[in-house]
Amino acid sequence: MASAFRPSPVMVTLKYAAILGYVAFALFPLYWLVKIALTPDALIFSDGTALWPSALTFDNFRKVIFQSDFMGYFTNSVIVSLSTAAATTLIAAAAGYAFSRFRFRGKGIVIALMLLTQMFPLLMIIAPIYKIVSSLGMLNSLTSLIVVYTAFNIPFATFLMQSFFDGIPKDLEEAAMIDGCTRPQALRLVILPLTLPGLAATLGFVFTAAWSELLFALMLISKNDAMTFPVGLLTFVSKFSVDWGQMMAAGVLALVPSCLFFFFIQRYLVQGLTSGAVKG
Amino acid sequence: MATIEMRSVSKKYGNVEVLRDIDLNIADGEFIVLVGPSGCGKSTLLRMVAGLEPITGGDFTIGGKLMNDVPPRDRDIAMVFQSYALYPHMTVGRNMGFSMEIRKTPKRERLGPVAGAAATLGLDKLLDRYPKALSGGQRQRVAMGRAIVRDPKAFLFDEPLSNLDAALRVEMRLEIARLHQRLSTTMIYVTHDQVEAMTLADRIVVLDAGRIQQVGTPLDLYERPANRFVATFIGSPNMNILDATAVEGGMQIGKSPVIAAPKGAVQLGIRPEHLGLAHQGAGDIDVTAQLVERLGSDTNIYTESPDLGSILLRVHGNVDVNAGDAIGLTLTRDKLHFFDTAGNSIARQS
Ligand SMILES: Nc1ncnc2c1ncn2[C@@H]1O[C@H](COP(=O)(O)OP(=O)(O)OP(=O)(O)O)[C@@H](O)[C@H]1O
Ligand SMILES: [Mg+2]
Repeated sequence: MASAFRPSPVMVTLKYAAILGYVAFALFPLYWLVKIALTPDALIFSDGTALWPSALTFDNFRKVIFQSDFMGYFTNSVIVSLSTAAATTLIAAAAGYAFSRFRFRGKGIVIALMLLTQMFPLLMIIAPIYKIVSSLGMLNSLTSLIVVYTAFNIPFATFLMQSFFDGIPKDLEEAAMIDGCTRPQALRLVILPLTLPGLAATLGFVFTAAWSELLFALMLISKNDAMTFPVGLLTFVSKFSVDWGQMMAAGVLALVPSCLFFFFIQRYLVQGLTSGAVKG
Repeated sequence: MATIEMRSVSKKYGNVEVLRDIDLNIADGEFIVLVGPSGCGKSTLLRMVAGLEPITGGDFTIGGKLMNDVPPRDRDIAMVFQSYALYPHMTVGRNMGFSMEIRKTPKRERLGPVAGAAATLGLDKLLDRYPKALSGGQRQRVAMGRAIVRDPKAFLFDEPLSNLDAALRVEMRLEIARLHQRLSTTMIYVTHDQVEAMTLADRIVVLDAGRIQQVGTPLDLYERPANRFVATFIGSPNMNILDATAVEGGMQIGKSPVIAAPKGAVQLGIRPEHLGLAHQGAGDIDVTAQLVERLGSDTNIYTESPDLGSILLRVHGNVDVNAGDAIGLTLTRDKLHFFDTAGNSIARQS
């Protein structure tokens, strides 16, 4: 009988092969990015599509860090992405909680409006946004990016947070309030600890979205010292040539914050903290 | 320790009135059980007592103090939820001591009550566990422990045992009965379970469609139901309700002999256990057995009469009746209930 539950070795091998194939496919561009970044300029074209570079160098990284404006772009991106992630998550958490727990007039309309904003392609509204921002005199400022990114991420982040709050039984707050908590106390002591995975997921999602956004950054920022990193990357493209090596090195560096970010929040992402709250 | 009083309390959600004219006085230390069909407003009433649901009409007092607008934390009541509602990120010990933690009781002083409650409930060894590592029955105990630690004015239970299996349910029922004996604190208990209601209650409150149908001791409700709803709701299996025709000197059901009955009675009720088994023609009415359930201690016989529809009979022990048999039924005269056209009980003439 037991053998019926033991998967056959052939099946296991096939499954691993399939997973391996998928992972290789997904990670290959990343590998290529690193490879080009490490290849000396002179060899980029002569090496061609060889899988392994014939010589390694950190020249590209050195140049990007010390001889280009990249660190400035990088700092700008960090500021914009962190601020956007923090602001969006804060607002989305509050809104999501309200949607999940309270009945109030106009709730349906607000939800419908938020869904509506998600239906239009960004390209359609980029011109009006530009006009609004420029008439506010906020062109070329990081604040304008933070505001616009926050506005555009709130609807999705709100729905995300709402679904996390929906997953936390109402009974828990009620039990806390009967136990002597005010609603804010119940929120802080009972709901917040259980929402950490949700907050982490939302933070991560918004951070990555803001980190890699190009369209608005391109439209709203034209001064070098306010450029974010995706816009900055384009400065490696000159009229007659593309500096592939440096561009790729910059790309690799740009991955670092996202990786760090997910490294720190991943422990909240994997935990199913609510298990055991109610019968199950 | 406190009396709880409701004076024409009502509850509306928008225009929908889910509870109305609730008048109820609960004495200090009394065990009140709320029963009623699903959706009749039991949970709503309990939540109004807890302060989780605003009261939209009437007065509600605990210990003589008006509580309508007092938040849950200031009502000094404890509640055991059907879902248990244990805080998943806290250990069993912290769950039980949470109310004291909120009230800023120093950690040392919290240990005593928590250990005491844990000992009574057999949770001593589980204090450092998280709820997810507990069985359903253990979680239930923790939820009770959390309430006991509070030493509240009143305990509220919303179907606390409905997620447990039958054996555990019996055990916890006894546990709750012992708890009430020991603490003699006021308790309000919502249940669907007849046995829980009959065994635990000092008084049972029967609700239907947002109104109190009757309040009384378990035996009161069993022996003297105020109306047809209570008569059929209390008691298991359900009371048989039979249409009657008024005749000279009383009433007749089907082709039965004339039965003495009060004026205005149009229906007769008799519990399955108050029907007797007889040979065909020898009883008050003749029926055919359709289905026989043998429970060991008792036998349920579902019968069908051409004039009266289906009638359930319950006899003690095991009897030799099989599906398809033609049998007779006798009505125990002093166990009959009579109902008027509105469904209200009419007292037997003595
Ligand atoms: N938020 C609400 N808005 C409108 N109606 C509600 C709301 N909450 C409950 N109700 C209604 O109030 C009535 C009573 O609900 P309640 O939960 O008290 O029933 P119950 O007696 O506890 O039922 P059950 O035995 O199934 O638990 C139901 O008809 C329900 O539909
Ligand atoms: Mg209920």
